[in-house]
Amino acid sequence: MNARALLLAAAAVTACASPAAAQDMVITNATVATGDGSDPVQGATVVVRSGRVVAAGQGVAVPAGMPVVDGTGRWVTPGIFASLTTLGLFDVGGVQESNDSGARNSPFGAALDVAPALNPASQHVAVARASGITRGSVYSQPSSSIFGGQGAVVDMGADSTMLVRPRAFQMVVLGEYGARLAGGSRTSAHALFRNSLREARQYGSDARITGGGARGQVSTGDDIPVDTRMIDNAANRGDDVLLTRFDAAALVPVVRGEQKLYVVVERAADIRNVLALRQEFPRLDMVLVGVSEGWLAAREIAAAGVPVIADPLDDLPSSFEQLGATQSNVGRMIAAGVKVALGGLSGTTGDQPKNLAQYAGNLVALTRVPGATGLSWGQAFATITSIPASIAGYGGRFGTLTAGAAGDMVIWDGDPLEVSSAPVTVYIDGVEQPLDNHQSGLRERYRDLDESQMPKAYDW
Amino acid sequence: MTNKGAVQAAPFFFGDPMKQLRFSIIAALAFVAAACSTTNGEGPKTASDTQTAKDAPTPFPSTYNRYPGRPTALVGATVYDGNGGRIDNGTVLLRDGEVVAIGDAALATDGYDRIDGTGKFVTPGIIDIHSHLGDYPSPSVDAHSDGNEATSPTTPEVWAEHSVWPQDPGFSRALANGGITSLQILPGSANLMGGRSATLKNVPARTVQGMKFPGAPYGFKMACGENPKRVYGGKGRMPSTRMGNFAVNRQTWLDAKTYADGDRKKRDLAKETLAGVLDGDILVHNHCYRADEMALVMDMAKEMGYKVSAFHHAVESYKIGDLLKENDVCSAIWADWYGFKMESYDGIQENGALLWKAGACVVIHSDDENGIQRLNQEAAKAQAAGRRMGIDIPDAEVVRWITLNAAKAMGIDDMTGSLEAGKMADVVLWNGDPLSVYSRPEKVWIDGALMYDANDPKRRPISDFELGQPGAGDVK
Repeated sequence: MNARALLLAAAAVTACASPAAAQDMVITNATVATGDGSDPVQGATVVVRSGRVVAAGQGVAVPAGMPVVDGTGRWVTPGIFASLTTLGLFDVGGVQESNDSGARNSPFGAALDVAPALNPASQHVAVARASGITRGSVYSQPSSSIFGGQGAVVDMGADSTMLVRPRAFQMVVLGEYGARLAGGSRTSAHALFRNSLREARQYGSDARITGGGARGQVSTGDDIPVDTRMIDNAANRGDDVLLTRFDAAALVPVVRGEQKLYVVVERAADIRNVLALRQEFPRLDMVLVGVSEGWLAAREIAAAGVPVIADPLDDLPSSFEQLGATQSNVGRMIAAGVKVALGGLSGTTGDQPKNLAQYAGNLVALTRVPGATGLSWGQAFATITSIPASIAGYGGRFGTLTAGAAGDMVIWDGDPLEVSSAPVTVYIDGVEQPLDNHQSGLRERYRDLDESQMPKAYDW
Repeated sequence: MTNKGAVQAAPFFFGDPMKQLRFSIIAALAFVAAACSTTNGEGPKTASDTQTAKDAPTPFPSTYNRYPGRPTALVGATVYDGNGGRIDNGTVLLRDGEVVAIGDAALATDGYDRIDGTGKFVTPGIIDIHSHLGDYPSPSVDAHSDGNEATSPTTPEVWAEHSVWPQDPGFSRALANGGITSLQILPGSANLMGGRSATLKNVPARTVQGMKFPGAPYGFKMACGENPKRVYGGKGRMPSTRMGNFAVNRQTWLDAKTYADGDRKKRDLAKETLAGVLDGDILVHNHCYRADEMALVMDMAKEMGYKVSAFHHAVESYKIGDLLKENDVCSAIWADWYGFKMESYDGIQENGALLWKAGACVVIHSDDENGIQRLNQEAAKAQAAGRRMGIDIPDAEVVRWITLNAAKAMGIDDMTGSLEAGKMADVVLWNGDPLSVYSRPEKVWIDGALMYDANDPKRRPISDFELGQPGAGDVK
């Protein structure tokens, strides 16, 4: 099978992954938070039909003929949207052979694409699902280049594919880490970055370059056009280039503003320099990522209209580009009018995606700390539901219980931002999800330590 | 973030993935600063050689003295005493650095400044049994990498206190956001025997001596499993396997026993530490993930004549709660970390609850400069996971996991860790239920001195490093 056929086959698989058994249901008498930034309301009703939300809120009529679940004592919310995870890319972080989250020795950077590496059967996907995470984005860690490659929007459904949208965004890392990858200095990182965008701009517009065949765009089943040279065999394009033709072609939609560019940056000065890039590359559709010192440049970020995916609670000067880190960062940026989602929880320790709700809860806690800037409950919950979905291009479709949104819904045993709460039932596209996994198997086996009759290995 | 020996926890792009590899996959070998002496007793005889180390005055003694405090009565709050007790509408009296009494609303408060704690909660100061503040401080630059003397698999001769940088800004965050009043700073886990720990009061000081917990015994860091064999196997030397780990450990103990059974007159820093363990004066804190390895370590301890005080990062303790109870060994654990390395693959959120049900000692630890700010939340997560599987653990018991149980495993439980008359007045007033995500410390006393007050911007320490920097004095 040639490359083109492979791409088309992958696209076909994506297209076929549709809800298998969406349940129509009504939940009544629940505490409902819609994810839109409003505070939760009690005694509310949620209606889901054919895998989509029909209505949610107080005073919603119960349609005739639909099964009704009493939600007394329960909270009902949209599923959490976990921005910038590595879910599906690894089994054990430290076991390199199981870990596809970065490609240190790859000859490629921007051309890397997480889509073929995603494993929906990963335990971490199952743990995330059981924690109320229904959607998210997955990035490729910049390792061999300042460009990490192309990330995807995914779902956590217990089915054969995670892919919702491949090649949803490109990632580039600047700041200290970008400087190191670029050869030792921010000067080099910026030079590499600008050169890459210029090569891509040229590559995207110069029809005289050998190769490329037909100038039309290739449909690969998603909505981001792929330059035809991504999938042909001609390589000639002059001598004075740094990027491989794959990497240059991958950046064509970035420089054209057709694919989002996630820029990892922390220091206030670096943030301002990134915002200034749009004078040079006006079509860049940027999202700032990390942004520990964002509060020091909040007005500029807001004025630029660039959204942020922020590390939730960093408050230590863990590097010289994070000297101003404070837990109030997110609250202050939002107060300044910046669109901020929480994200970047890409591990299995304190940074496991499961902890997004805990971090959001901590931002609410800040409202009771004098001098700190926190978020209301509704604002905090939006930073892990509707806002990250919106930044990913799925506003109104994921992370919300508004009419027409995907039936991604979680029924909780309490306030979802409280550390003592957990999901009772999780739906994705209206399909009830299994919540068991390796951890639950161990839990059940070791409920007791009785081996008087048989070894524990027979207890399953 | 820097998790020395567990794994680096930061989302890669907010930190530096090279650091992630430093502590987890590639380990510390490439970045170690040769900071500590590895004296083996060579050199001229001196007067001090005529007495054994056991008889000599302790070097680097604590210079910490409590700061002034006012006689204070906390009234009206819900009090968790750290020892499993709960008093609603309780009263806690502090004077001259000590807890004078705790009781209900009937307790007389004459002569005390009354602080109204209505709607608030009081606990003992929170204790983190596993921290690397100071020996892997912020900023997390190579020049600060002082936690692993990864040049030999056994370095009992190094002392963490010689690596601790008192200006680590992390101490202040642990105080203000986590209510941490005491903590144990451990060497990392690159080595089978990593060296002595330092037990500190979380008071800002110009020197580490100014933070050392007076009268606290030393701890001794050991490590099982993947880290030592990876670090030294990677250098082509022993140990490169788990069986190699045990062989090196056992031979080192046998040599130490020979030393300990002798006259001990020749100064030998490594052997002095090991002899201190065999004497029961130095407490073993053993990084160990897997249940089967913990069982082997407990047998090795019996063979050699020492006791393990606590297994740290013990993600599989729930598989051997019975053995741990029988051997009186605490498990210092995270609430939910798992899957970052092979030996952590079987971590489950119910670990703490299952241990508690088995009657074994549970301690919640951080190993992380961010996690140390939320030990209360981690304890609450572990409690809730238990409740969902039908194990109901009272809140007051859960508070013990981050107070008295930690103190017990660190050997300071006769001085702190619970609110009892005569103990150090290490106390946190929380602005709500400490087991809720929405609560934060409002005031923190250490030895009766008010060291943090959320309502007083000046009663918040700023390390030298942060002065004049962006955000200095911010709430953080």
